Amino acid sequence: MFAYIVRRLIGAVLMLLLVSLVTFGIFFWLPKLAGQTTDQIAAGYVGKAPTKEAIQDTKERLGLDEPVVVQYGEYLKALVVGKDYKAGPVTDHCPAPCMGFSFRSSQPVLETLLDRAPATASLALGAAVVWLAGGISVGVISALKRGTLWDRAAMIIALSGVSLPIYFTGLVSLALFSYSIKIFPGGGSYLPLTTDPVTWFQSLVLPWVTLAFLYAAMYARLTRAGMLETMNEDYIRTARAKGLPEKTVVTKHALRATLTPIMTVFGLDLGLLLGGAVLTESTFGIPGLGRLAIDSINTGDLPMVLGVTLITASSIVVINLIVDLLYAVVDPRVRLG
Amino acid sequence: MAAPIEVSGSDTEAQPESVLAGVDRKKIQGRSLGQIAWLRLKRDKVALTGAVVVLVLILIAIVGPYFVQDPLAYHQNLIDPTYNRPKGGFWHSGISADHPLGVEPGTGRDMLARIVHGARISLLVSFLATLMSVVIGTIMGITAGYFGGWVDYVISRAMDAFLAFPLLLFAIALVGVVADGAFGLSGNGLRVSVLVVVIGFFNWPYIGRIIRGQTLSLREREFVDAARSMGARNSYVLFKEILPNLVAPILVYSTLLIPTNILFEAALSFLGVGVIPPKPSWGGMLTLAVPIYSSDPMYMIIPGMAIFITVLAFNLFGDGLRDALDPRSR
Repeated sequence: MFAYIVRRLIGAVLMLLLVSLVTFGIFFWLPKLAGQTTDQIAAGYVGKAPTKEAIQDTKERLGLDEPVVVQYGEYLKALVVGKDYKAGPVTDHCPAPCMGFSFRSSQPVLETLLDRAPATASLALGAAVVWLAGGISVGVISALKRGTLWDRAAMIIALSGVSLPIYFTGLVSLALFSYSIKIFPGGGSYLPLTTDPVTWFQSLVLPWVTLAFLYAAMYARLTRAGMLETMNEDYIRTARAKGLPEKTVVTKHALRATLTPIMTVFGLDLGLLLGGAVLTESTFGIPGLGRLAIDSINTGDLPMVLGVTLITASSIVVINLIVDLLYAVVDPRVRLG
Repeated sequence: MAAPIEVSGSDTEAQPESVLAGVDRKKIQGRSLGQIAWLRLKRDKVALTGAVVVLVLILIAIVGPYFVQDPLAYHQNLIDPTYNRPKGGFWHSGISADHPLGVEPGTGRDMLARIVHGARISLLVSFLATLMSVVIGTIMGITAGYFGGWVDYVISRAMDAFLAFPLLLFAIALVGVVADGAFGLSGNGLRVSVLVVVIGFFNWPYIGRIIRGQTLSLREREFVDAARSMGARNSYVLFKEILPNLVAPILVYSTLLIPTNILFEAALSFLGVGVIPPKPSWGGMLTLAVPIYSSDPMYMIIPGMAIFITVLAFNLFGDGLRDALDPRSR
C-alpha cells in the first residue's frame, strides 16, 4: 500500500511537470513557432497599448530572448522556489508557487485564483452530489428493469441530456424558472457562502441542476451499461445461489464492481470542473475560475490564463490520485501493491 | 478407445442439398459480418431515423448555403426600433414567409441562412477534427497494443496525460495565443484550422484507448501467429492483418466522436473563440442570445435546437451502429 502511494505520488509529480511543460509550450514556444517575434510575445504581456520601453522591460523580465529550455527552467524555478521581479529600484518578491502578476489588476495571479476558487468549488461539488445520486440510481434501476417503459424513457432522456449543450439548457432553465416563474434569482446573483448563505444557495440551485443534468445523463448511461455487464458475471450467480437477498446482490456485489470504472470518469470530471466550469459559469454569471479564464483571455491577460490552466490541470491530477486510492475501498478485488 | 464414428457412406450423412432440392440456391448463402450488421441496423428504426437526419444535415451543410439568403444582409425594416427586436411573428421572432425561422434581433439578419451557414462550419470542423483524432488514435492505439512493453507504457501514459488536460481551457488559450496571422494563414481560415487541430489533437486518446484494447486481444489470435510464422513483417501484420479487424470499432467511435466535437466547436464559438463574426456559427448565436433570452426566446431556441437535433441524430446513429456491429449485443 505504502509503495503504491509513493509510486502514485511520483507519477502525479511527473504529470504536473508534463502539464506545466505543455502549458508553457502553448504560451511561449508555440507563438514563436507560429512566427511571432519576441517583441510581439512580450507585447501580449504588457497590455493594450504597449510602449517600446515596456516591451523591452517585459522581454528582459520574462527572459523571452533566452532559449526556450532556459525559459522553461526559470518558469519551473518560479513555481517551486518563487521569483524576484525587479521593477526599477524596487524588487517585488513573488513567493512560491509564483505564477507572476496580472497586468490588468497588478495582483499576484495566485491570490486572484484563490479568491475565485470558492465559487467554482461550490458549483462543482454541489452539482457532483446531485449527478452522482441521480445518474447512478437511474442507471441501476434502468439496468434492473431492462427493456421496460421506464428503461426506454430514462435512456431517451439520458441521450437527450448528453446531446444538449449546457449553455442552452442553462438559458432555458433561466428563462423558465427565473424569468417566467420567478422561483430562483437570475444570472449573476451569486454571493459567497460566508457572506449570505441563503442567496448562495438560491443562486446555485439552477446551475447545480443544469450542470448535474448533463453529467447525470452520462453517468446513467455508463452505470446501466456497467450493471448489465456485471449482472451476467459468475460471481453474481454464485451470490444468488448461496441465497443472498437480491438487494444485497445488487448493492454489495454488482454495484460495487460497476462503480470502479465510473469513479475513474468521476475523477476526471470533478477535477476538470474544480478548475473552472467555464460554460456554466459564463451562462449563470458565477464569478469562478472558469469565468476568470474567459475574462482573462478576452482582456489578453496571459499570466492569469496560464495560472488557471495550471490550477485546473493540477486539480485533475490530485483528484485522480485520490480516486485511485479510493479504488481499494470500493472494489475488494483491487489490491494495491 | 472407441473408433471414430463411421459416417461416410452411411444413411445418416447430412445432405443439405437434397433437403433443399428445388429451392433457389442463393438462399442458403452465409452472411458476412457486414451483412448481419446491415440487417440489424435496418431493423433499428431509431438509429435509421438518426442516419436519415444525419444525411439530410450533411446535404444541407454542403448545398444549403447556395439556396438561402445572404446571412450577412441586414433587414432593419423588420426591427422594432423601440425594443430592438423583430416586429411581429411568433414570440416577436419575426417569423414570416420570407424568413421561415425569423430574423435576428437588432440586425434583422435571416435566421435560416445563419443556421444553414452555421451547419457548414459546425460539420466541417467536427468532421475534420474527428478524422484527425481517429488517425492519431488508431496509429497510437495499434502501436501500443501490438508492440506492448515500453512502447505501450509510454503511449498509455501519454494518453492518461492527455485525458487529464483541461481541454476547453487549452483550446481557448491556444486560439488566443495564435490570435491573428500564423502559419501563413489568417482570419477564418486560420481559426478553422486551429479549431480542427485543437479539437482533433486533444481527443485522440479516447479512440486510442479503445483501439489499444482491441489490438491487445487481436494480436493473440491464431491468424496473427500464422502471418508471423509465414515471415510477415510487423508492418504487414499491423496494417493487413489487424487493422481490417478494427474497422468496426473505428467506425462506431468515429460516429460517436463527431457529436462530441460538434458540441465542442459550439462551446468554443459560444465562448467567443470560434469562427470570427459576422460569419455565423451556432455557438456564436447563443452567445448573443444570453443577454436577451427573456425578451427574444426564439433567438435562443433556434440555434440551441439546431445543435441539439444534430448532436442527437449522430448519437442515435452511433449507438445503433455500435449495437449492430457488436456481435455480443442482441
